[in-house]
Amino acid sequence: MTSPQAATPAAAPPGEDDVLVRVENLVKYFPIRGPGLLARTVGHVQAVDGVSLELRRGQTLGLVGETGSGKTTLARCIAGLIPITSGRVIFDGHDIAGLSRRAMRPYRRDIQMIFQDPYGSLNPRRRVGSIIGDPFAVHHTASGAARKRAIQELMERVGLNPEHYNRFPAEFSGGQRQRIGLARALALRPKLIIADEPVSALDVSIQAQILNLLADLQNDFGLTYLFIAHDLEVVRHVSNQVTVMYLGRICEQGPKDPVYEKPRHPYTAALLSAAPAADPDAAAARQRIILTGDIPSPINPPSGCRFHPRCPKAQDLCHEQDPPLETKPGDVPEHQTACHFPVQPGEDLTTTSTIAAADASTGTGGEGSSLTGGAA
Amino acid sequence: MSLTELEFQGETTGSGPVQVIQGRSPWVLAWRRLRQDKVAVASLIVILLLALLAILAPVIAAWVGHPPNTPYTNQGLSSTGLPVAPSSTFFFGTDDLGRDLFIRVLYGAQVSLLVGFVSTLIGTVLGVAVGMMAGYFGGWIDTVLARSTDAVLAFPYVVLALALAVVFGPSLLEVIVVISFFSWAAIARVVRGQTLSIKEKEYIEAARSIGASPMRIMVLDILPNLIAPVLVLATLAIPTAIVFEATLSFLGVGVQPPTASWGNLLSQAQAFYQTSWWYLIFPTAFLLLTTLAFNLLGDGVRDALDPRTERLFAAQRKRGRARSKGAKPAATVEGAS
Repeated sequence: MTSPQAATPAAAPPGEDDVLVRVENLVKYFPIRGPGLLARTVGHVQAVDGVSLELRRGQTLGLVGETGSGKTTLARCIAGLIPITSGRVIFDGHDIAGLSRRAMRPYRRDIQMIFQDPYGSLNPRRRVGSIIGDPFAVHHTASGAARKRAIQELMERVGLNPEHYNRFPAEFSGGQRQRIGLARALALRPKLIIADEPVSALDVSIQAQILNLLADLQNDFGLTYLFIAHDLEVVRHVSNQVTVMYLGRICEQGPKDPVYEKPRHPYTAALLSAAPAADPDAAAARQRIILTGDIPSPINPPSGCRFHPRCPKAQDLCHEQDPPLETKPGDVPEHQTACHFPVQPGEDLTTTSTIAAADASTGTGGEGSSLTGGAA
Repeated sequence: MSLTELEFQGETTGSGPVQVIQGRSPWVLAWRRLRQDKVAVASLIVILLLALLAILAPVIAAWVGHPPNTPYTNQGLSSTGLPVAPSSTFFFGTDDLGRDLFIRVLYGAQVSLLVGFVSTLIGTVLGVAVGMMAGYFGGWIDTVLARSTDAVLAFPYVVLALALAVVFGPSLLEVIVVISFFSWAAIARVVRGQTLSIKEKEYIEAARSIGASPMRIMVLDILPNLIAPVLVLATLAIPTAIVFEATLSFLGVGVQPPTASWGNLLSQAQAFYQTSWWYLIFPTAFLLLTTLAFNLLGDGVRDALDPRTERLFAAQRKRGRARSKGAKPAATVEGAS
């Protein structure tokens, strides 16, 4: 029912007018309260720590990273659902960070979210028509028969039977529920849709349907997507730009193809090497970079480069100095990497892997946890 | 999942059945389950009958010909001045002043049900409002509201009722105010807990991202999810309120004679239970039957609204039976419900 391939318009040269959202040095710390009645703040979870990025109109920015890297927090900050600690979020030329609920209201129409859990994101006690019609009711854009017609048009547009207007969410499958969530997000004709892992809870066959629907809707309505996922192949399929996050920071970003084909950050390289390949020959030939340990605690992140405790290329400089996010020699201007010792094309990171990884690969059962790149 | 999806696509691409499909609401399903529950249905019938009797009390009094406060000194009292036993004239006998006990018990039902429903309604509305605000807003609002809830729950309510009765004078209004004041806290506490968990659901986040106001989120998104536990609590709060009213009236700080209430009937009957059993038995029986019916209905409502708890109980019963039978596993699960 949709085109088999997601349309990926050619990346236009970036101009100021092209940028729909510009995030500047966004910081979000969650305070940790101590025990007792007075609840003193004893520390901070540094969920997002100085992230800057740009979303261009009509394009899709894929945001990838391990669990706990701050992707969802960043999305919620951009959507204005949680107050940010510092930084700026410029939407369509206006700084929307720190606006009150009332002041934020006009922008709510332009920024909508799609959620990960198709079961949790729909109120089980409300009928589908009422859920999809909620945006109309909140913003007083349509009422009565006009609202019902608008809702049924939306349902039809996302591939739902408009006759199911009166049903409850429990009567739909996961994929259908995600379509309901999509219809709700589209109701106000937003400019930006933030999709927080919209397909990771779905069957693979349903994933493709939803991704194609998203692509169709992007073409029809000129939507801009911020697409969060930990499935690298999904991100590659939908994105124009890719941003890789690790522990609240961006370690690499740039146009999709350079990042995927020539990753410069060891973390990106490790993620890509861990992703399953569809072609069995390619999968067999692939050298997998084994990362040791878990993602460190964002309460007390490592000094210098945050990736250095797990990085196969780490040197003394890495835990002393924070590497700036910059274009490395030989890359396209937009391809930026935050690394002191970027991966050279053709470099084999597996040879420089640590002892624990060697244990794991020889099957001697190295003690502790030697985890893979983390991308599922 | 994919099967239903495919099926559904076939429906839309072809000319699907053009009929309005009305989803079965959770309430319809709960009502169906409640109707299956014989005990709950019986309780509901008892309560409805009682309510009917209470409402029709003046009609019945007129039909019998005995107003509630008229003493029948000739027929209603024996030659020694004691209450007379139940007969075809006085169905439940008479009280110590020679008044028709049957009519007085029916008028007492009016008071009991009125107090039960009104104070539970007030207490529930108050409790839901307080609990929802405390749970949704959190922070200092939660601290203030949750602490006041705890304070109310810790209050010695009989003492307060006595104090209020002394200050304002005992009356029906005073009884309703006191009972309402003590019934909201328990509901507020449960509602707060439920709100705290519902607040974290993604659909609340979705509503916020649409731009819905806190008021709208509380009324449209949280409240419908609270109705089930609140309905159960309210059903169980009614008999508590009825017993509370009886207690206050019994102690003389509730509904005052000559207005009949089950509490003050019992209070007056104390002196006569050795000679006139009916004087004590009938008001007690009505009080017992009413509270029992409400409690059983409350259990039924809970099982109907949350089928999982029923299954839990069934599993427990099954386990208990298996244990009593020894190693032999219980094969009949059907009988457990």
